[in-house]
Amino acid sequence: MMDGTEQTHWTKDERQAAVKDSEGYVTADGRQIGGVLMELRNITLRFGGVVAIKDISFDIREGEIRAIIGPNGAGKSSMLNIISGFYTPSEGELWYKGSKRPPMKPYEVARMGVARTFQNIALFEGMSVLDNVMTGRLTHMKAGIASQALWWGKARDEEIANREVVEKVIDFLEIQSIRKTPVGRLPYGLKKRVELARALAAEPSILLLDEPMAGMNVEEKEDMSRFILDVNDEFGTTICLIEHDMGVVMDLSDRVVVMDYGKKIGDGPPDEVRQNQDVIDAYLGVAH
Amino acid sequence: MGGNNLAYMSEGAEGLRSIPALLQRNATRFAGRPAYREKEFGIWQSWSWSEAETEIEAFALGLLNLGVERGDHVAVIGRNRPTLYWSMVAAQMCGAVPVPLYQDAAAEEMEYALQHCGARFVIAADQEQVDKVIDIQDDLHQFEHMIYVDPRGMRKYDHRRLHEYSHIQNQGRAAYDEFIGELTARRESLGYDDTCVMLYTSGTTGKPKGVVLSNRNIIETAKNSAEFDKLGPGEEVLAYLPMAWVGDFIFSIGQAYWTGFCVNCPESAETMMTDLREIAPSYYFAPPRVFETQLTQIMIRMEDAGGMKRKMFHHFMAHAREVGPKILDGKPVGMLDRLKYALGSGLVYGPLKNALGFSNVRVGYTAGEAIGPEIFDFYRALGINLKQLYGQTEASVFITQQPDNEVRPDTVGVPSPGVEIRIAENGEVFYRSPGVFVEYYKNAESTADTKDPEGWVATGDAGFFEEGTGHLRIIDRAKDVGKMADGALFAPKYVENKLKFFPNILEAVVFGAGKDRCTAFINIDLTAVGNWAERNNIAYASYQELAGHPQVLETIRGHVEEVNASVAEDEMLSGCQIHRFLVLHKELDADDGELTRTRKVRRKIIAEKFHDLVTALYDGSDSIYTETEVTYEDGRKGKIKATLAIMDAKTVPAAPRAMAAE
Repeated sequence: MMDGTEQTHWTKDERQAAVKDSEGYVTADGRQIGGVLMELRNITLRFGGVVAIKDISFDIREGEIRAIIGPNGAGKSSMLNIISGFYTPSEGELWYKGSKRPPMKPYEVARMGVARTFQNIALFEGMSVLDNVMTGRLTHMKAGIASQALWWGKARDEEIANREVVEKVIDFLEIQSIRKTPVGRLPYGLKKRVELARALAAEPSILLLDEPMAGMNVEEKEDMSRFILDVNDEFGTTICLIEHDMGVVMDLSDRVVVMDYGKKIGDGPPDEVRQNQDVIDAYLGVAH
Repeated sequence: MGGNNLAYMSEGAEGLRSIPALLQRNATRFAGRPAYREKEFGIWQSWSWSEAETEIEAFALGLLNLGVERGDHVAVIGRNRPTLYWSMVAAQMCGAVPVPLYQDAAAEEMEYALQHCGARFVIAADQEQVDKVIDIQDDLHQFEHMIYVDPRGMRKYDHRRLHEYSHIQNQGRAAYDEFIGELTARRESLGYDDTCVMLYTSGTTGKPKGVVLSNRNIIETAKNSAEFDKLGPGEEVLAYLPMAWVGDFIFSIGQAYWTGFCVNCPESAETMMTDLREIAPSYYFAPPRVFETQLTQIMIRMEDAGGMKRKMFHHFMAHAREVGPKILDGKPVGMLDRLKYALGSGLVYGPLKNALGFSNVRVGYTAGEAIGPEIFDFYRALGINLKQLYGQTEASVFITQQPDNEVRPDTVGVPSPGVEIRIAENGEVFYRSPGVFVEYYKNAESTADTKDPEGWVATGDAGFFEEGTGHLRIIDRAKDVGKMADGALFAPKYVENKLKFFPNILEAVVFGAGKDRCTAFINIDLTAVGNWAERNNIAYASYQELAGHPQVLETIRGHVEEVNASVAEDEMLSGCQIHRFLVLHKELDADDGELTRTRKVRRKIIAEKFHDLVTALYDGSDSIYTETEVTYEDGRKGKIKATLAIMDAKTVPAAPRAMAAE
């Protein structure tokens, strides 16, 4: 599908790897990973004189759990913001489902099947969990204002169908008991789960998780890890996540991109990345 | 709903000799009425009796297809869900014996039961339960197939011996022609003395025992108890107690199938309270702990409520405590009081009952342990017909229960219909009834120890019938009941329970067997007493310091004296008043062997360990210095040194002891 759009910037190795894996691969635990779903090519992002991301390329395959790691300020969140359309890259291209994606507004990106959670929880505190999760279905609602106001005809059918999806997500993430609870009254760990629920309700092709375990205790982290694996396993959702906790990342993800000072310093399966000298230097510090 | 439907119920009893036979009757008689509801995806899904029959039959056919034989044991593990109830009835249809197990049991605990009954089939609710059985399956020689209900996370498992519930049903439907003849034959051959269910008792002493209950046990008991409380097909129950517990089997299968009422299953354990409110059951059971927790929550929330509401609550609750139980019991109450109670119903009691999910409760039961009189009276004051019963797995639950209008917190009621009760010389309660279990599975010795050839079963509890009312009162475990030096009855737990009803007292141990008077050790409740200290600006650095604080000791003395006054009212037990007590310097702890893991007091060990303190209680000294070895959570040992004050408590002159001469 990428034929005829070869990038001269690619290194030879990268190109060969891409060709070799174009049919996907099978993970150690027997999951079938498909072809490339999203591809970032030579992305550079500048804020004025500051270069936040410098010439980074990587891909996300269908069905995999892809992690982006790196020290503070490495540009991870900026990368996620580029994928979700909050930022437009200064240079480079983003290919999604086989075609080049023009600069888009975030809601347009959402409509194309990219859902995300935020590092700092961004829920409607005064609304119930159910209503919050329902907002995840917005991109699937098409009924007009009049129909919605009267809750009649198409709007009603749509709401019933959407509610069903939402209820399945609620069931899946085991948050039935807080269905009607205002989000503001929930503890942090549960809010994170509600955010995940809202993103899942959109039935995304790619789910972006920005530090899903930040600020959690060990038990909450275990729960969240379980849910991420289950989401990937049950719905086959492709997941791209940013995480600080190296232990979690290495256990969860199929492939890891390592960033440092806006550059990519490593890319590959966790075991491989762990051996990478640049990565070790970036994390442990090295005498310059 | 109740009475008018009872007429036909006795008529069919002759032909209805098994649960599957009752199912068949219900599927025609109550065809369209709801039999099961379960909340899933936020909506109450329901199944009528005829739909339930179709579901159960399909699964039973699938079980035959899988090779279930007559007499096989089929273990059922999971939370209350219609599918699991259906599994049990389907197993019965095939002539097999359902064995529900506690879902929160660890794998090793399950292993014992699964091995003991030799289960060939296991029906598990979800991945969690499946994993446990897979962990131990190598040691289960008779185990062949496992069926799971919830397919979540199960895709990658080895499915050679693992099947999804819905697939088994589909296979059953597909094989209808092949197996329906066999299934019908097996169902029709089920007799009154065939095994209905096998339940493992929790086994506080030794290994769990498999209690075999026959169709006769279950159906006769269900029939008698349903008539006792006039249960009809219109009842709603919430099935939330463990399926492995005999009570759930009697309520959610025995009585439900006998009377044809609807069993509602909550969405999850966490949503239980919400689901309770939505269903508003008319027939409800909960252990005392549940009522206690609810009451505490109400009280805390009322403290946080606005001043106006709080005043209204307290004002009307005071009135309700006074007249509510009387109105409930149909006793004469003045017109003005009735009017005020009606006003209170509109303003306080009604909304409160609604919030608790008790708006429609017509018959409520509690059992299992002693319930604090204040807690009991609170619910009765609201107009909730909460009653007590006394039962055992071996009796198919019912031994005694309280009839409407004869409800008191300190008795367990009159013998249930069909139950005979005998009190032995030593005070132990024996019973004989149609519900008496067949045997302990593969344990003739224990069966003989518990049940004599004439069918009398020892409860292990000591009690007596109250003169005049004919109500049974359980005072203690029979083995703990003793005699004092003057021959008076000594029932430590009876007094300890009374002490423990005070929030400040966490634990109490009463001594007095063979002595001339009773004494006690008391443990303060750190939460309650700590809270009190905080509010009264009393500084303390440790548990020990707080426990020894003079004001705390005075408070506890007040509690002990109140208990003495209440014990004195009881002719038979008035000798158990506490003359001297001390407040222990450490909390009794299972890690130090002083309590069992289920927090029951181990008297002997405590008496030995603290023998110096016991001596001091009897030798008249004012204080005692002691050193106690304690075990910390990480296993290290240390010593606590303390000088404890020994307190005297006022006793009330004993009432003339007429009954003791008996």
